Amino acid sequence: MSLNDILDSLFPAGHTVNVENKVISGVATTAQGTVAVLGTTDAAAIDHAMALALAGFILDTVEQHPGRPLVFLVDTSGQALSRSQELLCLNGSLAHLAQCVDLARRQGHASLSLVTANAVSGGFLSFGLMADRAYALADAQVRVMDLRAMARVTKIAHERLVELAATSPTFAPGAENYLRMGGIEAIWPAPSAALLAAALATVSQARAAGDQRMQCGLARSGRRLAAAVVNSVCHSAV
Amino acid sequence: METLNFCFDSAPVLKGASPALCGVVGSGNLEILIKTGIEPAACRVCIKTSARGFGETWQAVLGSFAASHAAGGTVIAINDMGATPAVVTLRLAQALAEYQGGGQ
Amino acid sequence: MSLALAVRKSWFEATARARVAGLLDAGSFHEILPPAVSQPSPHLAQLELPGAFDDGVIAGSGRLAGKPIFAIAQEGQFMGGAVGEIHGAKIVGLLRRAAQEKPAAVLFLIDSGGVRLHEANAGLIAISEIMRAVLDARAAGVPVIALVGGSCGAFGGMGIVAKLCSAILISEEGRLALSGPEVIETVAGVEEFDSKDRALVWRVTGGKHRYLMGDCAMLVEDDIAAFRSGATEFLSGWGEPAPSIAHLRASQQALEKRLAAYATYRDGLQVWAALGVAEPENVPMLDRDSLVAVKEGLPT
Repeated sequence: MSLNDILDSLFPAGHTVNVENKVISGVATTAQGTVAVLGTTDAAAIDHAMALALAGFILDTVEQHPGRPLVFLVDTSGQALSRSQELLCLNGSLAHLAQCVDLARRQGHASLSLVTANAVSGGFLSFGLMADRAYALADAQVRVMDLRAMARVTKIAHERLVELAATSPTFAPGAENYLRMGGIEAIWPAPSAALLAAALATVSQARAAGDQRMQCGLARSGRRLAAAVVNSVCHSAV
Repeated sequence: METLNFCFDSAPVLKGASPALCGVVGSGNLEILIKTGIEPAACRVCIKTSARGFGETWQAVLGSFAASHAAGGTVIAINDMGATPAVVTLRLAQALAEYQGGGQ
Repeated sequence: MSLALAVRKSWFEATARARVAGLLDAGSFHEILPPAVSQPSPHLAQLELPGAFDDGVIAGSGRLAGKPIFAIAQEGQFMGGAVGEIHGAKIVGLLRRAAQEKPAAVLFLIDSGGVRLHEANAGLIAISEIMRAVLDARAAGVPVIALVGGSCGAFGGMGIVAKLCSAILISEEGRLALSGPEVIETVAGVEEFDSKDRALVWRVTGGKHRYLMGDCAMLVEDDIAAFRSGATEFLSGWGEPAPSIAHLRASQQALEKRLAAYATYRDGLQVWAALGVAEPENVPMLDRDSLVAVKEGLPT
C-alpha cells in the first residue's frame, strides 16, 4: 500500500504531509482535531539526518502547538549501517529523538505509532516504541532479525527455531508476537480513520497510566515473567 | 544441554553461612551456587551443562571434591559452559570457602 | 604502600560482581533478587542453553562515598551482557524503584551488545521499557550515570540507553556505538568497516573518541578505583536538570552543526583534526591524563 493510500485512509478529512529523505512530516485532520503526522517511509534505515529531522519536527510541534497529538507512521528497516554514521555516534542521535518523544509526552502531547510496513530494532526503538501506544497493520513486519540470520548468529538449527516459534512469541518475527508480548497494542486489518479515532480517544488514558506494556504482555500470556520480576524488585526489602 | 544430578556422602560442613555464588556462565567457565540442604551428611549437586556426554567426568571431579572437603548438608547448583575439570575444582573450593563465610 | 605501587584492578577484566564490589563503599552493596532466590531464563533452557541464576545482571542498593545509591551491573561474559526478559525486567524494576525512593543516583554499569537474540522480542520491548524508565528516573530528579568499560561495551539498544543517561563515564577500553563493526562488515562489506582492524574500531567507537567528541562526560583509567573516584567526582558536581525543551533545542543545534561539519568523515583521525587536536595521529598513544589535557585545551 502506498503512503498516499495509507494517509487517505487514515485522514479522509484531509492531510498536508511532506516526504523528504524518507522522512514524513505534516499535519492532518482527525475526529479529535488536528494532529501532527510524522515518521518514515520506504523501509528507511534511520541515520543522523532522519533522526534529527524527526526530532526537530517534534520540538517545533511542542513549541508551536502545545498539546497537539503526535501520530507516528513507522516504516523502518532499522538503523543505517555505515562507519561514518557510527563515527558520529548514531546511538546518540537516536537517543536524542527518543528523548524528544518523551519530552512531548511530559508536555501533554498524546502519541501513537502505526507500523505501516517494517519495524526493526534501533529504528523502532527510537520513536515507534517511544509513543504512548504502538499499533501495526496486519501485513506489517516487526522484528529484530529474521529467523535464518538468527539461526546463523545463535548457532541454533533453523528448523528448531521455526518449531519453537510456533508456540513461543518470545523471539520470532511478527506483529502478532509483539501483540502478545505487549509491545503492540492492537493490529489493524487496514488503515482506518475510525480505528485511528478510537485509538486517539484512549491514548491519553494510556499516557496517564504510564508504561503498561509489561502488564499487557502478561494479560495476553506472551510475556509471563517480566511483570512479576519488576514487582519483586520494586517491593523486596533492602 | 544436559542436566545431571548427583548425591555424594560428605562430612558435615563445618559452618554454613549464607548462599554463595562463584564464577560466571561464560565460555569455558561456570557458576556454582551453594545453598544449605537438609541432609547433614550428603552433598547434592545439580548441573546444567552445555557439553553433553561428560557425566563420568563430573562424577569423578565432584566425588573427589565431596571426599576431600566437608561439604555435607549443602545443595550445589551449577550452570556450566564447558569448564575444564581444573576450573571446576577451583570454583568448588572457592564457593565452599565463601559459603563458610571465608571469602577468598 | 604508595599509590604508585597500588595494584590496579582492571574494570575490563573484572566480573560484574567484582566491579560493583570495588565501585561502592566496601561491604555496602545489598543485592535485590540475588542468585539464590532467582531463576535462570526458561527461554534459554527451551533452546537447550544453560542460563545464569542472575540472568546476567545484578541490581541492588549501596553507598558511594557515603551517599545512598542504586547500582545495576551487566555481566558481559554471560551471553554478551545481552538483554532478555528477566534481565531487562530487573533493570526496569530498579529504575522504577529509584524514581520512587530517590537515591542520590543510579549507577548503571553497562556491558552489553544489546538485545539477546534468543529472546529477541522480549529483549527489544524490555530495552524500550528501560529507555522510558531511565527518563522517568531522571525526571524524578535521580541522576542515572552510565559506566562503560567492559569487554562488550555498550551497543545496540544499550548504546541508545547509555546516551539517555545523565552522563557516561568511559575508559579507553570502553566502546559505545549502535551497530557492531561485525554487523556492518557483514552487511556492507569489509571495505566499509573492517571489524578485525582493532585500531580502526577504537578510532570509530572507542572511549577516547567518544570523550573527545563530547559524547561521554568523563574519560577514566581502566581501573575499578578510577571509575569509583570518577563517579564520586561527577556526582558531587551534578544537579539533575528537569526535562526541558530548551535543553533539547540546544542538543538539536549541536547535533545538526556536528553532522553538517563531519558527515563525510570515516575515521576518528579526521574528526580529531577538525576538532583542533594538534597531532591527531598521536591520540591512540596518549595516556588518560594527557588525553584529558588535550581535550581541555581544545577550542570550544
